[in-house]
Amino acid sequence: MSATLAPPLHTTPEPEPQFPAKHFLNTGRGVASWLLTKDHKRIALMYLISVTLMALLGGFFASLVRLELLTPQGDLMSAEQYNRAFTMHGIIMVFFLLIPVTPAILGNFLLPIMIGAKDLALPRINLLSWYLYVIGAILTLSSLVLGGADTGWTFYTPYSSMYSTGAVIPAALGAFVAGFSSILTGLNFIVTVHKMRCPGMTWMRMPLFVWANYATSLVQILGTPVVAMTIILVALEKLLGFSFFNAAAGGDPILFQHLFWFYSHPAVYIMILPGMGIISELVSAFSRKKIFGYSFIAMSSVAIAVIGFLIWGHHMYVSGQSVYEGLLFSVLTFLVAIPSAIKTFNWAATLYRGSISWDAPMVYAIGFFGLFLIGGLTGLFCANLAVDLHIHDTYFIVAHFHYIMVGGAIMAYMGGIHFWWPKMTGRMYPEALGRVSGVLVFLGFNLTFLPQFLLGYMGMPRRYHAYPEEFQIFNMMSTAGATVLGLGYLLPLVYFAWSLKYGKIAGNNPWGAKGLEWETTSPPPLENFHTMPVQTEEAYAYADEGETHHG
Amino acid sequence: MGAERTTMGKAFQLIPDSASTFAQAIDANYYYIWAITIFFTIGIVAAVAYFSVKYRRKHKDEVGHPIHGSLMLEITWSVIPLLIAMSVFVFGTAAFFSAYDPPTGAMEIYVVGKQWMWKIQHPEGNREINELHVPVGQPVRLTMTTEDVLHSFFVPAFRIKKDVVPGLYTTLWFQATKVGDYHLFCAEYCGNQHSGMIGKVHVMEAADYEAWLSGTTRGETMEASGQRQFEKLGCSTCHLQDNTGRGPSLKNVFGKPVQLQSGTTVTADEAYVRESILQPQAKIVKTYTNVQMPTFQGQVSEDGVLQLISYVKSLSEAPAPVAAPAAPAAAKGGKK
Repeated sequence: MSATLAPPLHTTPEPEPQFPAKHFLNTGRGVASWLLTKDHKRIALMYLISVTLMALLGGFFASLVRLELLTPQGDLMSAEQYNRAFTMHGIIMVFFLLIPVTPAILGNFLLPIMIGAKDLALPRINLLSWYLYVIGAILTLSSLVLGGADTGWTFYTPYSSMYSTGAVIPAALGAFVAGFSSILTGLNFIVTVHKMRCPGMTWMRMPLFVWANYATSLVQILGTPVVAMTIILVALEKLLGFSFFNAAAGGDPILFQHLFWFYSHPAVYIMILPGMGIISELVSAFSRKKIFGYSFIAMSSVAIAVIGFLIWGHHMYVSGQSVYEGLLFSVLTFLVAIPSAIKTFNWAATLYRGSISWDAPMVYAIGFFGLFLIGGLTGLFCANLAVDLHIHDTYFIVAHFHYIMVGGAIMAYMGGIHFWWPKMTGRMYPEALGRVSGVLVFLGFNLTFLPQFLLGYMGMPRRYHAYPEEFQIFNMMSTAGATVLGLGYLLPLVYFAWSLKYGKIAGNNPWGAKGLEWETTSPPPLENFHTMPVQTEEAYAYADEGETHHG
Repeated sequence: MGAERTTMGKAFQLIPDSASTFAQAIDANYYYIWAITIFFTIGIVAAVAYFSVKYRRKHKDEVGHPIHGSLMLEITWSVIPLLIAMSVFVFGTAAFFSAYDPPTGAMEIYVVGKQWMWKIQHPEGNREINELHVPVGQPVRLTMTTEDVLHSFFVPAFRIKKDVVPGLYTTLWFQATKVGDYHLFCAEYCGNQHSGMIGKVHVMEAADYEAWLSGTTRGETMEASGQRQFEKLGCSTCHLQDNTGRGPSLKNVFGKPVQLQSGTTVTADEAYVRESILQPQAKIVKTYTNVQMPTFQGQVSEDGVLQLISYVKSLSEAPAPVAAPAAPAAAKGGKK
């Protein structure tokens, strides 16, 4: 550094950002003002707290599983305990983290603001969906003290309905109730997007995060009732002796799998689509550039939502369904890969000739890129009928879906929460620590799950409490990686909490990003905007000069 | 036995032993998809890294170049991945179909899963638990079911797996190519001792296998056990072989089409015989409408049903490998 100071680039220093005097957090005080709130932003924060608590609990069960698998013998826990640990890990993470995390927290907070609305269309329903989530969570957790569920999150019959001695019904009913929370959120988003857009906010001007949540909502309201119905059938069979799935009484155990996956495959898109929406926002904001191929990204979300409903049978290649069913589900599964590929290429192309900065959210976005690519491409192994014959129900599958759900959906959520935290709280967090956390998560994640692909092909079946010795090395790597991963996830809890009091004041638009949410104060006022916003341009219009079409 | 080294107990082997005729095709698919995965991962990550460095933000008010998109590029990066995905589909499906149909004359072995063991019966009468002895170089067809919950019969060295389902016969075939001992796993979660439901597949030279078969453990053949039960359960009082009984004769029935009262025709395969024993009213043979055959549900074990089927098979002149059934028959199984 030279001793003489260069003249500053801007002669007039920018004014220090001020914390707004009146905002949604100080409009109304006391517990009742939260528990009875109809403000989508407060409901989002209540979801943030409850979902984070559930994630910590799910993480605790994951760490029990990983510790048990350090050694080939089942020595840390009994088989009964191990089975309950992985079951609870799965149920909590799927139904109480992955499904609600992005729509219920970030979607709830941002969707109305992004389209210039005061709130969601149905504020009371929004509050109701949070209560349903909490009731569902309590029901599911009650199974822990009632003996624990031991069916895996998949609840396959006839084990769940006739043979399990665990507390299956409370766990399943918890998922059932949480499902209605998800349905109501989806319904609310759809109505809001249709009816509440501000003047000038046409469909093709909406931020891609809104598009992604809209597509997700369609899947939520169409798919979730099916799993709700399926859970009821299992409960009737277990409690009242009906026989829907009991072969000895003329039922069909495989019917359960069709019903279950008819929801639970599309549910994968409930988890990943909102994450893809976040990535579109991040890539655009941190390259200060219009997203490449806006309409292709928007429509690929819808395509994924539609095709996603036609491929449930790829979970059942070896279940005893016919080869022709297998063939059909296989080809459709390969088709659903294409819209995801289109998104990936468009994100990469957005970086071309951008103005790229590596702030913490972008570190997560780039990490998402690497992990989602591997997750998506390893889907080709699973969709391939012949390879699946070998890897089905092995650790290969475990690795694949963790890459999509944790490497994809959670990585994107982490990027999103780092991006919008200043908007939600009005404070900045220590940004360098944010980058450290992003790198830790990326490295820890790969160390945890890359070995599991190889382990799966070596033949290690999933849900094994004890395993043959030759599988130990990869299991040790996996457990070591999970430790790093855990640290990467815990670190943000610390600095986010710290920032609430000590963080630098963020100002309206700390990232210099486009979008209506950056035009209001941080945190926003109760009614989101002081004056009714009007959208006068396309989304992501960073450059002022006329459009230049490329290619 | 197990003259050659195999995966079992070895420290580390990324690709398990290839000990069946399918292993090569499945491994080839595996390598092909890894090549695609690595190519695209490296390509895209390299592009992202290159752009991130080349177009890094130079000053704080800089914005990116306003590029809207490109139809040509969109088409390119839709069509090329589509073609690649279809090639993966075609290769995988071809290998899967060839793994589905057993060749005619495959050796028959019967498998019953239960919490938490694999029970295996050879037609010659040998029975084993959590072990399966098979000769090398000969196609073997497994007819499988379960007494309780779902399980899945998985032999990594053969690269095959198939769920066993209550109330249904699923089939699996393989031809072992290498003598040795291999892991047998249950791959579908089945309760407490799921990870204990494991065993060994012993692939033996034909002569060793013959020696093993005629070893001391041998009981009566499945056919003989079946015949004994056929008498004991009273089947023989109605199903007279000269067709003068109250029920249809079972002579020359197995593997042949059967005319039903409903006007349709079914092939008398394992699933059909099983269903006729356990749910006799499900499919009624033409002209036998007024006969009320009782159900034998609960009176005969899954093992016993398989023995009865063996006996019925033996009544047919040419014990055709019916259910060699390609896919559909195997999949439709016993219900409907």
